[in-house]
Amino acid sequence: MGRFLAATRGFGRWDWTDWAAHAYLVLGVLVMLGPVLWLGLSSLKSESGLLVFPPTLLPYEQASVAVEGRGNLKLFHVTAGEYAGHDLAEVRRLGLQSQLVDPAAPATLIRLPLDSRVPVTRLRAAWENYSGLFEQFDFLRYLWNSVFITAVATILTLLLNSMAAFALSKYRFAGREPVFLLMLATLMIPPTIVLVPNYLIAATLGLTNSPWGVIWPAVATPTGVFLLRQYMLTLPDELIEAARMDNASEWRIYWRIVLPLSAPALAVLAIFSVMWRWNEFLWPMVVLSRSESFTLPLALNAFQGELTTQWNFLLAMTMVTLIPVTVIFLALQRHITQGIASAGVK
Amino acid sequence: MNALASLFAALMNLPERPMRWAQGRLSGGRLGWVFVAPNLAVFAVFTFLPIAIDLHYALTGGTNLLPAERPFVGGDNFASLLDCSNHFDASSCRRDLFWYGIWNTLRFVVFQVGLMLVFSLLTAIVLNSKIIGRGFFRAVFFYPVLLSPVVVALIWKWILQREGILNAGFIGAGITPVNWLLHGNWAFFWSVFVSIWAHMGFYTLILLAGLQAIPAEIHEAAAMDATPPWRHFQRITLPLLMPSVLVVFVLGLIRAVQIFDEVYVLTGGGPGTATTFIVQYIYKTGFADQVRQYGLAAAASLLLAGVLLVLTLIQLRGMKRG
Amino acid sequence: MIRATALAASVLAMGFAAATAQAGEIRIACYSDGNECESTEVLAARFMKDNADVKVTIDKMPFKAIQESLPVQLAAGQGPDIARTTDFGPVMKYMLDLTPYLKDPGYWEASFGPVLGWMRADAKDHGIYGLMTQLTISAPLVNKTLFDQAGVPVPKAGASWDDWATAVKKVQVATKIPAGMAWDRSGARFSGPAISMGAKFFAADGSPAVVDDGLKATAGRVVDWSKDGTFARDVWVAAGGGYRDAFDEFANGRVAVYLSGSWQLTRLEKQIGDGFEWVVGSAPCGVGGCTGMPGGAGFVAFKNSKNPKDVGRFLDFLASKPVYAEWMVMTSNVPAHTALQNENLPYKLSPAGIAAVQAFGTNAALLTPLAYRLQGDPMSRPIFNAVIDRVSQAMSGQITLDQAYARITADVSDAVAASKK
Repeated sequence: MGRFLAATRGFGRWDWTDWAAHAYLVLGVLVMLGPVLWLGLSSLKSESGLLVFPPTLLPYEQASVAVEGRGNLKLFHVTAGEYAGHDLAEVRRLGLQSQLVDPAAPATLIRLPLDSRVPVTRLRAAWENYSGLFEQFDFLRYLWNSVFITAVATILTLLLNSMAAFALSKYRFAGREPVFLLMLATLMIPPTIVLVPNYLIAATLGLTNSPWGVIWPAVATPTGVFLLRQYMLTLPDELIEAARMDNASEWRIYWRIVLPLSAPALAVLAIFSVMWRWNEFLWPMVVLSRSESFTLPLALNAFQGELTTQWNFLLAMTMVTLIPVTVIFLALQRHITQGIASAGVK
Repeated sequence: MNALASLFAALMNLPERPMRWAQGRLSGGRLGWVFVAPNLAVFAVFTFLPIAIDLHYALTGGTNLLPAERPFVGGDNFASLLDCSNHFDASSCRRDLFWYGIWNTLRFVVFQVGLMLVFSLLTAIVLNSKIIGRGFFRAVFFYPVLLSPVVVALIWKWILQREGILNAGFIGAGITPVNWLLHGNWAFFWSVFVSIWAHMGFYTLILLAGLQAIPAEIHEAAAMDATPPWRHFQRITLPLLMPSVLVVFVLGLIRAVQIFDEVYVLTGGGPGTATTFIVQYIYKTGFADQVRQYGLAAAASLLLAGVLLVLTLIQLRGMKRG
Repeated sequence: MIRATALAASVLAMGFAAATAQAGEIRIACYSDGNECESTEVLAARFMKDNADVKVTIDKMPFKAIQESLPVQLAAGQGPDIARTTDFGPVMKYMLDLTPYLKDPGYWEASFGPVLGWMRADAKDHGIYGLMTQLTISAPLVNKTLFDQAGVPVPKAGASWDDWATAVKKVQVATKIPAGMAWDRSGARFSGPAISMGAKFFAADGSPAVVDDGLKATAGRVVDWSKDGTFARDVWVAAGGGYRDAFDEFANGRVAVYLSGSWQLTRLEKQIGDGFEWVVGSAPCGVGGCTGMPGGAGFVAFKNSKNPKDVGRFLDFLASKPVYAEWMVMTSNVPAHTALQNENLPYKLSPAGIAAVQAFGTNAALLTPLAYRLQGDPMSRPIFNAVIDRVSQAMSGQITLDQAYARITADVSDAVAASKK
């Protein structure tokens, strides 16, 4: 345990606690990133390549060769018997026997038992998992729908939540505490529970099949109000008083003083909102039923049938939804982690 | 881009006039209501109203979806959920799946929240010590927080399946492979593990912020007194970190009770009912089953919300005392 | 400033503009197990060329979206004109009787007679509510290579389930595979053997009476088989609830026999290829016959539709013999059209695939009336789910078989009671 528990700083010589700390972190990287990388590699394997066990790290595929008069045939390496060491192309398989030909001399049929041949494999990324996914639909439209919903919902979330947080932290009015507690209490309602009533409401308001049907129900987040209120509580009241002296309107105080000062907390909420809306699946599935209004996750799931799971598409689809969030995170990673830390909870 | 920014600025200046007007009419803090109103209105329509409809569902029966067309059944739905000959044995209950859900959720909360607290605290402490590449490691631990529950579940399903990479590794190491999701206890273990994997980063950052907020002088003073590290942690660091730990505890608890998507996609609630949790029961009963019993689902939701409320009140009281 | 405000207002207005139905527009909510939606799109394009006043839009979505959201949407007065679904019960009261909109209802009765009943509420109902997009038939798929390696002959037509169990057990021991046979975790799959072993599923008055000696014989066997490696236990036990397919077990050569059905044709062709030799077996027999289960999805029309005439025209087009035949070839499906079932359609499949289609056809002739009746009953889904979920629990040892039977009865009567309120 030693020194790192006491959180002393300074780079002296490494003792065992430093080694332990770094070992822990390296292990952590493996556990945290390994699964995602493995998914990425697997998504490049062909449908039959995915079935191979034990799995190979990189995407391999059975090689095939064009044989004159016989079309494209799969290549096998012969391991025993007269032809041991040769690479032959399989014409057909009959029971326990395989009929092969030498690609160089395709006229003579060679019969071999099944267990004397192994497939010849070569490295090939199955990009068709991805292109197959995109060929099936209008990718740009779904991307636009998702971007529109994510962007508008995030702006509205920031606006509405920060206004509420401003009032709840900087005004004293009767009902302030009950309102805050009421909003906080909704943190306890799992969204699944209100799915059906929410649909009835959305249908009554004419919000179905419209991006606003996804946006409106999502913008009043209890988490956002809570996070921003906690942050705004730490802003000194003197600033606001000073502005009032200058005869600034209350809206101006909110919009020109409090909001800019709350930037770190707003950044955190923005990231969370982007992540929530981008990843949302169940509610859009209920409220959007016309393909022109589909979001990306919804469209990407359209290949999921009743009776079959196509893992190759499923993995590619997962990677596609994962990439934008990852890119945004890589770009803003420092701001996000520091933002959460500073906005954290004080 | 410039046009967009000026458009945005123009939009944000729009409320200026009406707000000034309201400001003139409302005295004291009552202007606060105006600022709260939009958020509250959305809440009212999309959160409070649905809960009210749920309440109506809970007191009515049948499979009809339109509230007006449902026959009133009083407390029947609640009674049927609570109908057990022995409340500690789910298989003796009329709604056995509901009770499996309750007991599993309780078990899950105890393990998940406890272990997540331990691991996020440990990680925060390690990240707060003198390490190389802190920013990198911090980002890596946070990354899974950004993934959607469905993606998280698919990633792990792919790893844990019988012919997955984990078992391939086991075979390579000469260990008998395990069919992870076939055994109740393993499936439960992985549910806990995966949900910790997905959420730990967020809590780690909160705790890390708490650690960094502890003034360095306090540590230095302790170092001068030559306090043993463990005792230093116990007597100084931990008490000062307590507010952050409490936040992590409360948020983690609320999330854990609501566990659904990631486990549902990962295990489907199985094997048997080993990972069937309470929200999954509600989802299945009211939304996925062929004969949809909205009344039953709504009654179960209200019972769940009631329990959560009581738990939170107890915690709030504890917080105030502490 | 004013311009910016106007711009903002128009942006907002754009977002709020509700999508309104055009005249003559038909929206079809469609999910695919293979290429069903894509092939329908091809046919719809041709239909639109000849009927310029109608616009057919096919919304491709996950099966889950139709299964879970469609009943909610219809109840709220929304939803598509046509949807592809397998589960007619929950949407039955919203379905549109197409009879007045069809050119020749008699043709529909003659061609799709046995399956039209699936979309009807009861025996008194004579409406035509939709078009089956295929007929699926469950049957045992056999890894003949494994049988050959073990030197065990594949059981022939007329063999009982016990004969099959004995045979696959021999293969399992000889070839050291983890299990002899796998069944999809599906109530429909389970019901084929159950009916063959004498299960009746319904009482004399037509109400569900699921647990009887036939069902017990089947459930008892399955649980016993799962203990000694005859039956792939994982598929059933590892899932928490509902459907789960065992295709991977079969495709990887981990089982010698796989109880699934005709919808797997494309995947069998694509994924197994010549990995091993596979054939479709003849449905095993018992006191109740030698039956699998029929099934399939259908395009059903809804009362909410603003253009019922166009809906009728489009479905008439799809149902016409040449178009329907072409559609079956495109999707490699077995037709629900009785006249086409006796024709050799020019499927674009390998010789193994063609043989399989013929074998499925032979099995179709063996389907018993009870199998059709069960598949079409509004309570079939609750029955199927109760049976597999509870039998799986018994298989995992969580409850005893007797407890499972009691639960099945309770679950089904609960669903019946709830649906009557």
